[in-house]
Amino acid sequence: MNGAKDMAVPAADTKSADPGKPGWRKHLLWGIAALAFWWLVYGSLAPFAAWLTYSRCGLVKGSHLGSAVEFFVYESPKVLMLLTLVVFGVGIIRSFFTPERTRRILSGRRETTGNVLAALLGTVTPFCSCSAVPLFIGFVTTGVPLGVTFSFLVSSPMVNEVALVLLFGLFGWKVAAIYLAMGLAIAIVSGWIIGRLRMEKHVEDWVFQTKTGDAGPETIPDWPARIRLGLDAVKDIVGRVWLYVLLGIAVGAGIHGYVPENFMASIMGKDAWWSVPLAVLIGVPMYSNAAGIIPIVQALLGKGAALGTVLAFMMSVIALSLPEAIILRKVLKPRLIATFFGVVALGILLVGYLFNFLM
Amino acid sequence: MKIQILGTGCAKCNALMLATEKAAQALGLQYELEKVTDLQQIMAFGVMTTPALAVDGKVKVSGKVPSVDELKTMLQPVNP
Repeated sequence: MNGAKDMAVPAADTKSADPGKPGWRKHLLWGIAALAFWWLVYGSLAPFAAWLTYSRCGLVKGSHLGSAVEFFVYESPKVLMLLTLVVFGVGIIRSFFTPERTRRILSGRRETTGNVLAALLGTVTPFCSCSAVPLFIGFVTTGVPLGVTFSFLVSSPMVNEVALVLLFGLFGWKVAAIYLAMGLAIAIVSGWIIGRLRMEKHVEDWVFQTKTGDAGPETIPDWPARIRLGLDAVKDIVGRVWLYVLLGIAVGAGIHGYVPENFMASIMGKDAWWSVPLAVLIGVPMYSNAAGIIPIVQALLGKGAALGTVLAFMMSVIALSLPEAIILRKVLKPRLIATFFGVVALGILLVGYLFNFLM
Repeated sequence: MKIQILGTGCAKCNALMLATEKAAQALGLQYELEKVTDLQQIMAFGVMTTPALAVDGKVKVSGKVPSVDELKTMLQPVNP
């Protein structure tokens, strides 16, 4: 973490020392102004939604339609604004953590500490699921232990900013915090177990013989470049998920106004002990990103399904999938894939039960 | 000049190839484009995130699809 700062400062200094180019101070001022504006708009969303729903459209306060419309008009811009801000922030943080850097931090680590670090770094290192295989090879051939690599591969898709913002925006900070803590715990523990099982021989033989080249020194981005990376992340991620977010909120609004609360309670409520394994069993082969699953989560929770069951479903959809198993088959023998899926699914199952028990 | 697109064939790899061709044509470069899909070959370049772009064997960018303008500066022949 400190290393990242050390590397960034000289870049910023040379920038401001160069009279021909705008210095970092100017960016900072713009940033503060933009943040203040964001805060102002964000704060006035609730009164605006109430005004639009009841004064402007003349809906009756307390009516089903009224509360559904108010919910939608308030939540949609709120969640999208939160998402934009956080994705931008994370985009900038990610510019400090390239996969190469993460690998340097992790290589040669002892297991336990390595698993914790890998799970944490997994949340901030940019990587898309199509890079899972080259990343895996790049890690294990340069001295990152197998279990540590798995901690990274589990936490990276599961604990991400989109999932956290959506959970925070729609269900409150407690649910988001629980998700974060449990996601990290699953990544750490399942990676540690896989490491203990000594399954190196179940990695395809050619992997360890692969010669990984050196891509040469990384170019360290300066601040304007980091800001561009943040904006790119917003364009890419928010552009991809906004529709799902609105869909999720619309489902939530519908539930808010109409559907009886306990509709799902008998099937997915706390008392149905088999609902957690069933949720995981259905969720594991499915493939979706965090945003795509939110409308379903919203619908299930709103209709009385238990939180643990729903979180277990969400985690198993995001963390594990059939396409991922097929991709990983290139580098892993079936037994290791089965172990990987088994251990992670079991962790998710336990988390689901724990929640239903606690809440 | 030799341009190589490294990637195992995801949607982004195609996007990078199209953008690179556009940039190279806009610059009027003489080039030869090759798609590298073999994992071992990709790893030999030292990249861990795909898609990646290599010019004359040197990795210029990996893990993202830059804009055509950014690609132009990457493809611009370096003057000695």
